[in-house]
Amino acid sequence: MNKKIVQPISRPVIGAGGLTGTWRTQRPVYDASLCNACLLCWIYCPEAAISKEDRTIDYTYCKGCGICAAECPKKAIYMEREESR
Amino acid sequence: MTKVFDSGNVACALAVKDVGVDFVAAYPITPQTSVVEKIASYIAEGEMDAKYLPVESEHSALSAVAAASAVGARVFTATSSQGLLYMHEILHYAAGGRLPIVMANVNRAINMPWCLYVDHQDAVSQRDTGWIQLFAASNQEIYDSVILAYKVAEEVQIPVMVNYDGFLVSHSSMPFETLEQDKIKEFLPPLDPPWRIHPQWGGTFGNVTPSEEYVPYRYALTEDIKKAGDVIVRCSKEYEKLTGRWHGGHFETYRPEGAEYFLFSMGSMGKEMEIAVDLLREQGIAAAGLRLRVFSPFPEEELAALLPAGAKLLVFDRNLVYGSAGGALLQLAKAAFFNRRDSLQVIGISLGLGGEDLPASVLVAKAREMMEVCK
Ligand code: SF4
Ligand code: SF4
Repeated sequence: MNKKIVQPISRPVIGAGGLTGTWRTQRPVYDASLCNACLLCWIYCPEAAISKEDRTIDYTYCKGCGICAAECPKKAIYMEREESR
Repeated sequence: MTKVFDSGNVACALAVKDVGVDFVAAYPITPQTSVVEKIASYIAEGEMDAKYLPVESEHSALSAVAAASAVGARVFTATSSQGLLYMHEILHYAAGGRLPIVMANVNRAINMPWCLYVDHQDAVSQRDTGWIQLFAASNQEIYDSVILAYKVAEEVQIPVMVNYDGFLVSHSSMPFETLEQDKIKEFLPPLDPPWRIHPQWGGTFGNVTPSEEYVPYRYALTEDIKKAGDVIVRCSKEYEKLTGRWHGGHFETYRPEGAEYFLFSMGSMGKEMEIAVDLLREQGIAAAGLRLRVFSPFPEEELAALLPAGAKLLVFDRNLVYGSAGGALLQLAKAAFFNRRDSLQVIGISLGLGGEDLPASVLVAKAREMMEVCK
């Protein structure tokens, strides 16, 4: 019996959930001039698509859920309609 | 080796103590209660080095032991009847998670109407949850089966349920022998799971999977549970070498020499059946007893291979498959013979529900009724 394969365990890898960026109908837009670097957006983002260093958003995986914009106390992230889809 | 004279529930609790279980979570229910009471007192009095978590329900009890098992603890829980049914969802979790949990299920009828006495409807209705199910019929067999259950569960990474009859066995005192802890360790090495949840690991257990990842898990479980039948027999033999105690492999047979009728049952009924077989033999009928010890995985091939040509299988089910002629054993036995031993006759009844008394005289009468139909 191969004990390695039997248990349903998984380790995080980039893109494990597929190209979630294609799900987006709205995109979060970050305004560094308003940001106080509290990192709430970084903690809350379910796709880990926000950079801890400079809050750059990785649009390959950002699914457009809007949680970051809702959580940001400084309104430094706002949601914009995706035009080109 | 110590000789003990006590109940089936105490035999179970003693085995849990001797095996060196790390974590127990349970919710009391008649007739299981004295198992977990006893374990709680072992821990309270410092005789057993384990953590005991009192929980508010059976669903939580099995959830707690599943979590503890996933961090690498050797775990135990026990229940009966409605408690087992309440665990249903987590039974699947535990098997799908391939967690080597051992649980005692003290068989009891299920509601409605309310009934506290034995039948096997609780365990039988949880057949397709991916658990291995053993049935013990004496206090010695309970003690030995719990130790065996850990050995098997930890080798195949599948949870094991040890069933025994409520009150008839759980509350009857019988003599039995225990085993020294160092001898148990020889048979059952310390738990060393291939994987465990750990703060440094940072992974997900039971993540969402697409079909192509889901399918291999399901097939691995069904293939491994099928192979577990042989593991149970091998480990039983290993245990016999160590202790001299043998209760059978998949089955325990009684007076099979030259038998024409095999009286097939499970649980303590199988012991009473030995008296019934003696009575039938006195009446000149070539009867034998066949007590099933491994309900899941059901030993299809072994059952089909066991019976001599021209034999007739009389099935005594302490459960019902609603709307059918008998119970689960009858269906499983028929399926076992289909395309393997099509010429063998199989007939069965359901009886002994809700603790209905089954003395040998009743078993003899029922067996003779079935023999009439077989002719
Ligand atoms: S919209 Fe959602 S997924 Fe995209 S960066 Fe914000 S929180 Fe993350
Ligand atoms: S939540 Fe808003 S203020 Fe805080 S780090 Fe993110 S963008 Fe900046």
